[in-house]
Amino acid sequence: MALIDPPVVDRAARRHRWDTKFSPYAYVTPYFLIFGVFGLFPLLYTIWVSLQHRNLLDEGGARLVWFDNYAALLADPYFWNAMGNTLSLWLLTTVPQILFALGIAALLNRKVRTRTLFRMGVILPNITSVAAVTIIFAQLFGRDFGLVNWVLDLFGAGQIDWQAGTATSHIAIAVMVVWRWTGYHALIFLASMQAITPSLYEAATLDGANGWQQFWRITVPLLRPQIIFTTIIATTGNMRLLAEPLLFNPGAAAATGGSDRQFQTAALYLYEQGFTKYDFGYSSAIAVVLAIATIIVAGLGYLVTKRIQTE
Amino acid sequence: MTAVLDPPAPVRPAPAAGRARRLVKRVAGPWTYAALIAVLAGSAFPVYWSFVVSSQTPDAIDSVPPVLVPGGHLFENIARVFDTTDFALALTNSIIVSGTVTVSVVLFSTLAGFAFAKMRFRGRNVLLLLVIATQAIPTELGIIPLYMMMSEFGWAGEIHAVIVPGLVTAFGVFFMRQYFERAIPDELLEAGRMDGCHSLRLFWHVALPAARPAAAVLGLFTFMQAWNDFFWPLVVLVPENPTVQTALSTLASGYTTDYTLVLTAATIGTVPVLAVFLLFGRQIVGGIMSGAVKG
Repeated sequence: MALIDPPVVDRAARRHRWDTKFSPYAYVTPYFLIFGVFGLFPLLYTIWVSLQHRNLLDEGGARLVWFDNYAALLADPYFWNAMGNTLSLWLLTTVPQILFALGIAALLNRKVRTRTLFRMGVILPNITSVAAVTIIFAQLFGRDFGLVNWVLDLFGAGQIDWQAGTATSHIAIAVMVVWRWTGYHALIFLASMQAITPSLYEAATLDGANGWQQFWRITVPLLRPQIIFTTIIATTGNMRLLAEPLLFNPGAAAATGGSDRQFQTAALYLYEQGFTKYDFGYSSAIAVVLAIATIIVAGLGYLVTKRIQTE
Repeated sequence: MTAVLDPPAPVRPAPAAGRARRLVKRVAGPWTYAALIAVLAGSAFPVYWSFVVSSQTPDAIDSVPPVLVPGGHLFENIARVFDTTDFALALTNSIIVSGTVTVSVVLFSTLAGFAFAKMRFRGRNVLLLLVIATQAIPTELGIIPLYMMMSEFGWAGEIHAVIVPGLVTAFGVFFMRQYFERAIPDELLEAGRMDGCHSLRLFWHVALPAARPAAAVLGLFTFMQAWNDFFWPLVVLVPENPTVQTALSTLASGYTTDYTLVLTAATIGTVPVLAVFLLFGRQIVGGIMSGAVKG
């Protein structure tokens, strides 16, 4: 026995050492392998493609043209139109989302009966599919038989052709986005509101501050980190809206975002160039510019929300 | 939107005096209830209305004043959807895609999350930082090269082109890592090691059972997200081999002007996520409020 024992222990120890040293890498490898190949690589490769003339419909194949795509982009009125629409929709979606979410969170933060029902109710829009819901909303916003126009008609407003105008189409699309995301942000805010110590409000009440003042002077300033975070998250989402403008007016020319491109976003223009005209180089340039624009706008959002302060 | 953060609590929850709670945590009055019910109605209305239209005859959608109560033609309309389009194939594809992606994301996230939270190895912090950083990047912006790759592989138009890029998410890894960090005491794992447990056994017998609640929440989010995914399937699939979402898009794009048909399809496509939501709504709410930020 004594002769056999030591090697066994030795082998077990070696196996243990080998195990602790290498198995962590084995555990994280699937993630990095798949993400590296199908996530990170395409993202970085976009920059390279954006420097090429590469159109599937051209026989010649790809060739390096450096910044030609970018030069063409900056001179392209459709691109600027799409960027303008993107910024307009960003403003029309992000600001109401955050304000409504704060309000709903404040309501949910009261002692409410059947609170699970209300909490589930507010995130119901978030779990529905964007394709299905956009198709539903497109009907609700229909010109002749849409429910929205019918309700407005009760109040004496005329028939609005929501898709036709720039402002009206942006409002309709913003409604869809705000509807989808407000409740979700409200739950994030609610979680933080519940962590605020009640004695702050008690003191404020003794000082004669009413609920409205307490909300703006205590709740909102203390929620600053969440408001900043939500603004950035909402911005990255709202700067690349695609399904809503694509399906708002589905049809053969859907990728143009309306007959006059009145609601074509930058992401939709990327789709149009890439997958209806197969101009991969140009489309990649749009992706790069959109990414940079998103970072700038998110930074802007950060600078604005950072200024929220306690009095 | 793909990102995660633990919402940092601005103020630690302090044990409140009973009196303070009474003063502050106002009991909701009738106006609060009225407002909340209005929000609830607004949230549910579009889905409800879609269901109403699906259960009516085709002329109901054009009627003035609008029809707001369900009728008796639901099954008739469902039958028409399956007759006019290959919606059965779309449903099958969506189930295969969402099912595979969910199992894979949960498994790989749990493995990697466990390693990041409970194992020491060279380069761990750098790699974890990489995971966190990639969460903030909208990977859709790499859609052109991804499409080029799929064409190269001969996968364009096939559902594995949708499945494979979805097999892992940075969100999942970070989410599980956060959970393991808090849920399993190091002593427990040390004890297991002392007993000569191989790390895969530790993972299987200690970590995995402990991870079940978090893995369930991650699975729910992943399933719903995969089911609803639109942009990438739209790009890489063909109308003859769709998921539910791309089939809806094709159906709405002038294939028919019968909007009752389109909305019935939208209703059918919403039912699976709605069922998951009604069954596990409490867990989903809890997941979001505890800092699970999905996108």
